[in-house]
Amino acid sequence: MEEDMSGTVKKFAFINRKAPYGTIYALESLEVVLISAAFDQDVSLVFADDGVYQLKKGQATKAVGMKNFSPTYRALEGYDIEKLYVEKESMEARGLTTDDLIVDVEVLDAAEMAALLEEQDVVLSF
Amino acid sequence: MKFGILINEGPYNHQAADSAYQFCKAAIEKGHEIDRVFFYHDGVNNATKLTEPPQDDRNIVQRWSKLAEEHSVDLVVCVAAGLRRGIVDDNLAPGFRISGLGQLVESGIRSDRLVTFGD
Amino acid sequence: MQMLHIVNKSPLDRNALDSAMRMAKPGSTILLIEDGVYAVTKGNKAEGQIKEAMKNCSVCALWPDLEARGMQDTVIDGVKQVDYNGFVDLVAESKSVMSWL
Repeated sequence: MEEDMSGTVKKFAFINRKAPYGTIYALESLEVVLISAAFDQDVSLVFADDGVYQLKKGQATKAVGMKNFSPTYRALEGYDIEKLYVEKESMEARGLTTDDLIVDVEVLDAAEMAALLEEQDVVLSF
Repeated sequence: MKFGILINEGPYNHQAADSAYQFCKAAIEKGHEIDRVFFYHDGVNNATKLTEPPQDDRNIVQRWSKLAEEHSVDLVVCVAAGLRRGIVDDNLAPGFRISGLGQLVESGIRSDRLVTFGD
Repeated sequence: MQMLHIVNKSPLDRNALDSAMRMAKPGSTILLIEDGVYAVTKGNKAEGQIKEAMKNCSVCALWPDLEARGMQDTVIDGVKQVDYNGFVDLVAESKSVMSWL
């Protein structure tokens, strides 16, 4: 069953459209992203709709008794995961600007995002 | 063609597991190969042999086991998501195995298409 | 075929359809499954949006899901209805697949 996949590089996009804490999707999505780094693929992270809230600065989860996983987004660079994209329309609809975000991202409008998505080989949504 | 499947929701609560199953069945009947079904998030609950639905309802867990047996479909439960939700080797239904998230990424690399079912 | 966009949410409950339509490239295919199928039924608030999308994209719906919900007789003209075999064909014919969960 094991085949030699060395050399196969696919474009992987992880789509984040859900807010953190309310559900576990954001956290468990991040776990897959970290694992994917070991496979030397061309990885992009897309934040759209409520997924943009995952990157909001100032998350403090002590009072809700949950783990604050937002610092992990800043650690992605160390895993060579550097392509983070935020959809402009989603960010603006939430009253946010890039100054509100915990990491540097590239902001794409919907049409640019459509072009980026269309280029992908594997799209994982959680 | 080789398909990879990702299931993010538990059985009965959400239609995702039903849709994924119908998709797999149709794909196999059409001569395609289901390379792997990966169970993540609450999807890991598809793998518990402790499931006992009412007699007039479908048995989602057994349906997966049968698919694995008859068509050698690799049913992989994420270890981390499983541990969080109490899905371990002791309560695993036949045909399922527990492994790491790398198996999902690997499936994405080697399948022709990866289809996600979830909420 | 370009990317296949799968939407499984009722348009009146969640924004998945809006987002898919905003970020789907013209020429791609949109497949409605599960609660997503309500979007392609006549009189639904999304009817106009679906008709607009059909100018640039191919819009399909899974009929087993329409039928399960009793919506099989109210499907908007021009929407292509497929069964699970057709679903598999759409995935196989598209260069990649994205689910708008």
